[in-house]
Amino acid sequence: MRDAFIWELTRRARKDPRITLVVGDLGYGVVDEFAADLPGQFVNAGVSEQAMMSMAAGLSASGYQVFVYSIANFPTLRCLEQIRNDVAYNNLDVTIVSVGAGLAYGNLGYTHHAVEDISIMRAIPNMRVICPSDPVEAIASVQACVINPGPKYVRLGKNGEPRLHDEAKVMDVGEPLLVREGSDLVIAATGAIVGECLQAAHDLAEEGVSPQVWSVPTIKPFPQAWLARLDGALPILTVEEHVREGGFGSAVLEAVHDGGLVRRVHRLSLSSAVSTQLGGAAYLRQLLGVSGSAIRDAARRLRTFGGC
Amino acid sequence: MTHASEYLARRSRIRAVEMCSQARAAHIGSSLSVIDILSVLYCGEARVSPTQIDHPDRDCVIVSKGHAAAGTYAVLAEAGYFPPEWLDSYGMDGSLLGGHVTNSVPGVELSTGSLGHGLPFGTGLALAAQRQGSDRQVYVVMSDGECDEGTTWEAALFAAHHNLGNVTVLVDRNGIQSLAATEETLRLEPFGDKWRAFGWRVIEVDGHDHVQLASALHEASLPDEAPTAIICRTIKGKGVSFMENTVVWHYRPPTGEDMQLALIELADGAR
Repeated sequence: MRDAFIWELTRRARKDPRITLVVGDLGYGVVDEFAADLPGQFVNAGVSEQAMMSMAAGLSASGYQVFVYSIANFPTLRCLEQIRNDVAYNNLDVTIVSVGAGLAYGNLGYTHHAVEDISIMRAIPNMRVICPSDPVEAIASVQACVINPGPKYVRLGKNGEPRLHDEAKVMDVGEPLLVREGSDLVIAATGAIVGECLQAAHDLAEEGVSPQVWSVPTIKPFPQAWLARLDGALPILTVEEHVREGGFGSAVLEAVHDGGLVRRVHRLSLSSAVSTQLGGAAYLRQLLGVSGSAIRDAARRLRTFGGC
Repeated sequence: MTHASEYLARRSRIRAVEMCSQARAAHIGSSLSVIDILSVLYCGEARVSPTQIDHPDRDCVIVSKGHAAAGTYAVLAEAGYFPPEWLDSYGMDGSLLGGHVTNSVPGVELSTGSLGHGLPFGTGLALAAQRQGSDRQVYVVMSDGECDEGTTWEAALFAAHHNLGNVTVLVDRNGIQSLAATEETLRLEPFGDKWRAFGWRVIEVDGHDHVQLASALHEASLPDEAPTAIICRTIKGKGVSFMENTVVWHYRPPTGEDMQLALIELADGAR
């Protein structure tokens, strides 16, 4: 996902000198080609995320289309007020790109787990929040960032996520994308965990449960019309690699309520905000309640109790 | 030029005291302290004009100490950026003019109020100007208390490393922050040496002397790879004897009586 995003950004930057990539001393082996080929469109701001974000706002105010790249919570929580006051308040065209969504940096420890970022970033005024689930969505996210001015947050996984979509398809990540047809319940997820949901759906199909699986890359602005179009008889299971409070599932509940809809919604999210455990993403997903088996259990229960 | 900026500063001091008194607003001390610096910038030393507020090659004056809103708005109104009558609404419900500067007001480049944002934002503007081949200068007016903020020094590293000679910081070095003297809070001295150690050219001036300020700004605008820090030695509450060099006038709004006494002193000074 990470390499796909940067590859596409580099390709576009070669044609558009307004595109500038700012990094916070991270991206070894990832941004090298961009830095070497386009030095006039590249800045390494050093290990200074707060000044980096304000500086990026200043570049944007001078006409550049700025992408700020770092990992985990460094380009978000570390410089939250700079995002709020200097980027969002002025509605500047700055895209914040963070690699290592959710538990992707599992064994690097809690400092590197980006598990509160969705709720915090979607509370920021003017902020568009995009969480691609695979390399194809990551590439399409670059397009979404280029055509939508203003502040954006792109929450990327790492590398090696399975491809969920046909690359040949031109997609709009502003709308949810159907990754599997099904008639018993809706599983809606965001980010790399969509892959886990798809696998769980295949497993469930073998035991006679047929979930419809959606990837919802853009959480803000929320795709309200999509929600209204879903079959109202089906219960909805939301899945996210993120804490419960204010995350993707919360956004779905808000949209159900605001849209005056009646739906049964069950949220699957990380059971603990702070993990003292170390391990790979798969291990931690298991431990914190968003593994394939947790998804299958929740889906079976929802199917038994049905919709509204 | 100096005569005009001194007249602007005198008019602005009177306005700022009236505004803070009428609005029952804080930060009169910070406003009186910085008015001379802003007057010199807006009266010809910075390449800015009320008729060209969006010109792409204008110099950029960032008031990073956004709490000096009364002083900043008084200077902008007196310099022709908006009608002086607007100042009467300062701090009122629905007014455009609030207690921290916002860039919906003509002449304000960046909305500030949280300290330590102006210089890093300014380095972005300056890097852009450097890359675009523009000769615009970026002036960041900061408080000394603001130098407690880590972002000030992050940006100081960045500006020097990238040879942003088009950045000039003017520190309103009045020596007093919110609760106490800067040296009793977090010691800043030797202050000039700190900036020099970060690779900046340092000029120290009397921040109420318009000739010294203008001369320092002229020196700062000469081509050099190093950014410049002008340390402006100032007096918090300058111009009103009972407000000068006191902590209390950082927050205390002048009563009607305070205002009358202050205006008598400022009118004397204006003659």
